[in-house]
Amino acid sequence: MADHEIVIAGFGGQGLLFAGKVLAHAGLLEGRELSWLPSYGPEMRGGTANCNVILSDSPVGSPIVQHPNVLIVMNAPSLDKYESEVAPGGKIFLDSTLITRKVERKDVDVYYVPATRMAADMGTPGLANMVLLGTVIRETKCVKDETVDEALRHVIPARKANLFDANKNAVEAGRNYKE
Amino acid sequence: MKEKVLMKGNEAIAEAAILAGCRHYFGYPITPQTEVAAYMAKKMPKIGGTFLQAESEIAAINMVYGVASTGKPAMTSSSSPGIALKCEGISYLAGADLPAFIVNVQRGGPGLGGIQPSQSDYFLATRGPGHGDFHVLVFAPASVQEMADLTGRALHLAWRYRMPAMLLADGTMGQMMEPVALPDECQAFGSDNPWAATGTECRRPHNIINSLELAPEKLEQSNFARFERYAEIEKTETAWEEYRMEDAEICIVSYGITARISRNAIVEARKEGIKVGMIRPITLWPFPKAPLLAAAEKVDSFLCVEMNMGQMKEDVELAVRCRKPVDLCCRVGGMIPTPDEVLAHIRKLAEGGNK
Amino acid sequence: MAVVFEKPKSLTDTVFHYCPGCTHGIVHRLVAETMDELGIEGKAIGIAPVGCSVLAYNYFACDMIEAAHGRAPAVATGVKRALPDRVVFTYQGDGDLASIGLCETVSAACRGENITVIFINNAIYGMTGGQMAPTSLIGQVTQTSPYGRDPKTQGYPIRICELLSTLEAPAYLERVTVNSVKNVKNAKKAIKKAFQNQIDGKGFSLVEVLSSCPTNWGKTPQKALEWIDEAMIPQYPLGVYRDKEAE
Repeated sequence: MADHEIVIAGFGGQGLLFAGKVLAHAGLLEGRELSWLPSYGPEMRGGTANCNVILSDSPVGSPIVQHPNVLIVMNAPSLDKYESEVAPGGKIFLDSTLITRKVERKDVDVYYVPATRMAADMGTPGLANMVLLGTVIRETKCVKDETVDEALRHVIPARKANLFDANKNAVEAGRNYKE
Repeated sequence: MKEKVLMKGNEAIAEAAILAGCRHYFGYPITPQTEVAAYMAKKMPKIGGTFLQAESEIAAINMVYGVASTGKPAMTSSSSPGIALKCEGISYLAGADLPAFIVNVQRGGPGLGGIQPSQSDYFLATRGPGHGDFHVLVFAPASVQEMADLTGRALHLAWRYRMPAMLLADGTMGQMMEPVALPDECQAFGSDNPWAATGTECRRPHNIINSLELAPEKLEQSNFARFERYAEIEKTETAWEEYRMEDAEICIVSYGITARISRNAIVEARKEGIKVGMIRPITLWPFPKAPLLAAAEKVDSFLCVEMNMGQMKEDVELAVRCRKPVDLCCRVGGMIPTPDEVLAHIRKLAEGGNK
Repeated sequence: MAVVFEKPKSLTDTVFHYCPGCTHGIVHRLVAETMDELGIEGKAIGIAPVGCSVLAYNYFACDMIEAAHGRAPAVATGVKRALPDRVVFTYQGDGDLASIGLCETVSAACRGENITVIFINNAIYGMTGGQMAPTSLIGQVTQTSPYGRDPKTQGYPIRICELLSTLEAPAYLERVTVNSVKNVKNAKKAIKKAFQNQIDGKGFSLVEVLSSCPTNWGKTPQKALEWIDEAMIPQYPLGVYRDKEAE
């Protein structure tokens, strides 16, 4: 399988690092080589934040993703920042509820997912990240469907275990979403 | 092999230290290493250990000095500005021949600098962090697995040689998560420390833990003795890794996160037919001089890739006795070189040709 | 022949380096007598400071640790956390405890570390040859206050017992002196109590001992002892500033 070099970007608080952790854990369960690297510092509290995830079948070199082949963006500034960095032939997934503009690049595949609206409709407005993740997994096959469930169980902290079903449903909704 | 778990580098350090038998941690909050303290705060009370948030970095290292004086393993962790404050205590530890484990998750400087990753404490770490003539063991992990493994090794060697050991990581290594196979629980330290201050029980003359010696002829002798020990350590404990050096014409020298980045650049350069390899120091003190000198016989040039203004470059030039040119590819202040930048530098050297 | 006076077991045979008339020797003896009487020489670990008593590690027969300047309470904290059943004490001067190490002093007191602190206040830096200390009196002439300590530029003397008595945690704070037989006996009682408190797990205990420095004060030993009465005690009143047991 080709390497997946993933950047997840948006505002702090949108669950970007969490979404990355789910992918990383799924990778771990599948025995793949991987790295997960967050941006850190004051931007964690409301500014722009991002997280780099690499899933590979050979040892990961730099954990810093320079040219993502999978870009997941949840706000407009992040799209502005990362659009030009995406590797040719890469895939861009964006939350079309929050980002109104279109992607200008012609050499990438783009998926517009109204993730925030979908999550809100489901009564879990905080889970737009998981909705997007569902579409990402369907389109990239970066991890297997069945390992995502188990990854969620690992990543959701024990005190929030009651949110497992909601997360699972959000992923499912994203997986089934058709433009 | 044990099942792998996903951990942040900072957490791997904490867990590995506990698994190696360290039960005393003293720290002070500073980004980007606070996860070490948070992990210890959670775990130590449950296993009968000590977690203490000290009033300052200075107090924290002196608490380590206190525990070490009793012969028990102790550690502290911080980031660059905090490590500068600990230097007084590290010098006293070295002067009193006490073991200690110090973690430096580096950030950009000088001064308050920034909080993004850096390698600019290379000089501070490798030249003996503090006043006086001494060294500390310096380990430079390049993966979360090494964060764990080298923590165990640093603790173990610090106690074997009764000297401080430093894990020199950076913000990236501390914050990133990778699968890690945690080491087995072990007791890296002997419990019989006849030198330690544990109470005489009125059965032996009193032990004195001390770095003061007012007679210069005696102080000189203790310095000589310490450096004899260092010479032994240079022979036996120097560690490095070679990557694609078999036919290399350009040798990258890089450690920690920049070695990871360089690896990507090497893969790309090789696709273009450029014969480039890497010597990655795992110990920065002792520094792998011998493999570098040996490489100088074979390669055309060296390229140091580091996140400082060329601090290690000086050591490489000395190690290869300036027989071959040593170039520098660096970003500083919290900036991280990209594989493309390193690749561009490699190409430039390759075009410069075999002079 | 009956022995009527002897050296405490808790002191080694090493001859003190202290100047003639210096009261460090008296306080050393009081600490050693206390260790003998409480039978703790074998389980005591002392921390020596930087200053005149830097060589205290040669004089006390228990295990000793030499700390960096001002850091003794932090070192003692490490020792006590590692070996909670040992009796851990620091022996510090005014520059060490009240100036460069003030943060460590206040913080250890604030945590209520179960240690014993013997604080020698002689209002001067003795080891380095008589410079102004945080505890030097207003108008006191020293090498670094040659025109007398001027509060406008050099601030006021710091009262450690009073300062620490604002904290919740300390178990016992007392200021004593050793300039007369009566005062020495009183000091001994205080020091013994400060050690006993630790054995009983009561927490942070500090005894401040007003001491003399004839050499750097430029006085005869006798005049120096009198100066404690005349000048120091008015600034640093003797007495108990905290005794949780009595409260």
